[in-house]
Amino acid sequence: MSIKYAETEQATGTTKYVGQAIDRVDGPAKTTGEARFAAEYPYPGLAYAALVHATVPRGRITAIDTAQAKAVRGVIDVLTHENAPPMKPAPKLSLLDPSTLVSGTPVNYLATDEVHWNGQPVAVVVAETPETARYAASLVRPAYEELPATVDLAAEQHNAVPQKGNLLGETSADKGDAQAALAAAPHSVDLTFTTPPHNHNAIEPHATTAVWEGDRLTVHEATQNITWTRKHLAQRFGVPEKGVRVLSPYVGGGFGGKGSVWAGTLLAVLAARATGRPVRLALTREAVYHTVGGRTGSIQRVALGAGADGALTAILHTSVSRTGRGGGHGEQITAGTRHLYAAPNIHLRQSTVPLDLLPNTFMRAPGESIGTFALESAVDELALELGLDPVELRLRNEPDRDPVGGQRLAHRRLRQAYALGAERFGWRERDPRPGSMRDGRWLVGMGVATAYHPSMRMPANVAVRLGADGTVVVRCGLQEMGMGTATVLGQMAADELGVPLASVRVEYGDSDLPVGPGAGGSMQTASAAAGVQDAAAKLKRTMLGLVRRSPGSPLRGRRPAEVEARDGGLYAGASGQTYVEILKAAGRSHVEVESKAGMLGFVARTLRERRRLVRAATGAQFCEVRVDPDTMEVRVSRWLGVFDVGTVINARTAASQLRGGIVMGIGMALSEQTLIDHRNGRVMNASLSEYHVPVHADIPRIEVLCLDEPDSTMPLGLRGVGEVSITGAAAAVANAVRHATGKRVLDLPITLDKLL
Amino acid sequence: MRPFAYVKPADVAEAVRVAAEPGARFLGGGTNLVDLMREGIERPDTVVDVTGLPFDTVDELPGGGLRIGALVRNSALAADGRVRTRYPMVSQALLSGASAQLRNMATVGGNLLQRTRCPYFYDHASACNKRSPGAGCDALDGFNRGTAILGVSESCVAAHPSDLCVALAALDAIVEVRGQEGTRRVPMADFHKLPGDTPDIETALAPGELVTAVELPPAPVAANSRYRKVRDRASYAFALVSVAAALEVRDGTVTDVRLALGGVAAKPWRATQAERLLLGGPADETAFRRAAETELADATTREGNAFKARLAAATITATLRDLSTGGTAR
Repeated sequence: MSIKYAETEQATGTTKYVGQAIDRVDGPAKTTGEARFAAEYPYPGLAYAALVHATVPRGRITAIDTAQAKAVRGVIDVLTHENAPPMKPAPKLSLLDPSTLVSGTPVNYLATDEVHWNGQPVAVVVAETPETARYAASLVRPAYEELPATVDLAAEQHNAVPQKGNLLGETSADKGDAQAALAAAPHSVDLTFTTPPHNHNAIEPHATTAVWEGDRLTVHEATQNITWTRKHLAQRFGVPEKGVRVLSPYVGGGFGGKGSVWAGTLLAVLAARATGRPVRLALTREAVYHTVGGRTGSIQRVALGAGADGALTAILHTSVSRTGRGGGHGEQITAGTRHLYAAPNIHLRQSTVPLDLLPNTFMRAPGESIGTFALESAVDELALELGLDPVELRLRNEPDRDPVGGQRLAHRRLRQAYALGAERFGWRERDPRPGSMRDGRWLVGMGVATAYHPSMRMPANVAVRLGADGTVVVRCGLQEMGMGTATVLGQMAADELGVPLASVRVEYGDSDLPVGPGAGGSMQTASAAAGVQDAAAKLKRTMLGLVRRSPGSPLRGRRPAEVEARDGGLYAGASGQTYVEILKAAGRSHVEVESKAGMLGFVARTLRERRRLVRAATGAQFCEVRVDPDTMEVRVSRWLGVFDVGTVINARTAASQLRGGIVMGIGMALSEQTLIDHRNGRVMNASLSEYHVPVHADIPRIEVLCLDEPDSTMPLGLRGVGEVSITGAAAAVANAVRHATGKRVLDLPITLDKLL
Repeated sequence: MRPFAYVKPADVAEAVRVAAEPGARFLGGGTNLVDLMREGIERPDTVVDVTGLPFDTVDELPGGGLRIGALVRNSALAADGRVRTRYPMVSQALLSGASAQLRNMATVGGNLLQRTRCPYFYDHASACNKRSPGAGCDALDGFNRGTAILGVSESCVAAHPSDLCVALAALDAIVEVRGQEGTRRVPMADFHKLPGDTPDIETALAPGELVTAVELPPAPVAANSRYRKVRDRASYAFALVSVAAALEVRDGTVTDVRLALGGVAAKPWRATQAERLLLGGPADETAFRRAAETELADATTREGNAFKARLAAATITATLRDLSTGGTAR
């Protein structure tokens, strides 16, 4: 492990824990199997559900024969559009209420005879055992009237329409005349790339255990967003939100796939309502592919014009991606291009076309991951055209202000990242001539690419309870899907309150807790950091309020700014009191404070800030590949990622996250693709044996370095680390393959047949 | 999973008697059958668990051959010192397949009988002549990157997924089969069937017949042998193309050679044309390439698998080169 510890520059508090490689607090529970996941909660009378999936891409159910299924011993009920109690329709997308984003699709399962994609659930079987439910589900016989369907992105790209911008970002830009500048440029490249659809493949398939007591609903759920899930379920089932509780303490990976509410969740809750039994629905891997959206495929054009000195004169990046006829969103595919390189002429456009497929959804760095593949491949090709080193070309075009909007770039350290990376990776030893480097018979290639992901945050309410015995409970409705959320929350709180980490207990993953953000957009830790700081400040004021009635207290009359939280208490210089002493003197068993962040004010501030500031996590990805000259198999042999993510809160979990993104990027580069049959929209590789995520043997030692500077515009100086490292990764591989073989592969994944 | 009867017979006579009933299937390691049952592709009425039968040893045959019990686990066979010394390609083929956990369960007999990984065979909503004779074949114009290019028919282009079988084909292995009428011996070359108009018939086994052993005849050439598997990731993927090759060279001349291909046909493909061309000829790259290209000259490719002919030729050439120079095939 080679991650540098961050030095933070806090005005108050010490940095005893922040920055360290603290063991994750959930490690023992997960290692021993004590940790319970959504499909592991026992309930008396628990019933099991299984889904029946449509086998046509579009149409109407003309009949559905459930007699055979119902006749199976142990079957409790078979719910179809003919007999299921109706759910309320999904709320319309509203930017005033971000929770409306959580609806994976507006299709109202089992309240309609319409089929909108191949694999849509058309019936739910509830039985006494999961095996019985699955078997009976195979006996349900729907009949369809098929309707014409469009399922092929390449064939439909001419029907794409411009994508609208939204709160998350702009989708187009025009600066100068990029087309004319491209035509006039002495050096240029103009390339069209394609990326295939992807699926998340979290190790834990989606699962729901749903229990009704009257109008009160408890849901154990594998989700990245307990708060929005609670609101959505309350809306769909017409019950008060406060009666709905969503519990999700452990999630076996999400990657965006658990960021929305999908069929499995709704139908488990519906089945529990209809049968009066607690119901568990654990999706099979295949059912995940049929009911949970994935990453859109894309067709992208990147054209770059430059002078002989390498200064870019024109940047054009256009994209076509798809949504579903029943929902889905455009992605910020050109977002990296908007911010990465200085150029007087820039043209960006994103378009989408709706297809009769399961709606797409968030998947790790939606947009940026595939957009940076195209951009950073094109930049590499331009370097070859210019005869310039690809690192040098990037540095020559590093902007001082945002290339499109002219805003200040908050804390941009790409130059340092490249300098450090090139040194550590041995970039100087690279012979720039394609195909020139060998290791025995292996062709060796080295490639670089820039990583870029915007840094955002959301409001987080954090409650802190300080007990008379000095123990601290930090409560926030955060999600832990393997990233180390609870661990870093504890670290931040311990430092901000000046107490030992061992005295801090963290509560999270429960919608009854103070509202925290969902796990998405790499926002959770930064959001929580602001909440923790607010709560710590509140606690300090409260404690200073308590000592006002303690004549002997050395803190009496002190203002908050004069007092430091450390050593289990508050101190002004050398004199002060421990929290225990303050509480005892005040005769209190505990105090509890909560930071509250309003959504509307927060959004307004964010929008104001965006007008003057552009902020992102960035990085330099260095990749070395070996290519077999006979078979053209590509193996990644070395990797170094140098990232500027501001303050690193936990050196171990941050490095794991960054490394995980690189692994996923290698998969995107070399092997991952969802095969959707162009005739009927059916997913043909809905399994871990046929959808090729990287296996251990595909992944070399990955070295991760983080620059060591807090971003002064962010709470605790930190930026999210969840997504940045997948960006640029596929391009780094493609560029290394180009260097090893002389072949530029424009269509992901880079399978050997494209190199033979 | 569909309800079924489970029988664990006490001896082989009972096993073949019970399995002679329609709808019966033998259960070995279960690594393929149970998967297919979960998918609803295999729907046995009776599962005959043969793992209690005494076919789990590797025994010497006169002349240096080996008799491998049908219930020997893949991991055990791969680790057998005699196999590793005399037939390294067998050990390498086994270790290139599946995962350690699966190899601990999978049996040699089951390996011979595993079914294709064609996605349309696995998907009950797709048309597949192998699964439902006469239904048609959605692979012909669908995703056929992994499908066969040799010995294909218009009714089926599925490829056999086994690694072990490729090595067994190269070594002229004999499959020992027990039925109600007694024991018979089937040469590996005749064990698997090409699809023709009946892709649902995959092997020479009669209903109820049980594979009891595989014999490896003595083959000194196999001491210098390799199994080279080319695939889309470094492990845990089926072969796009694989090559089992053994080579003996004296004074620059090929004096013995064995060559078989995986991933290219509905059966492990013994490259007899290439072997004939190579035998007695020079052991150099030109000769290797010419032999390989001749073997692949009859390939019938489709859009998705057009690359396989070139890949197979390149992999044969590289593997023979490695064997002739003592280089390390990966």
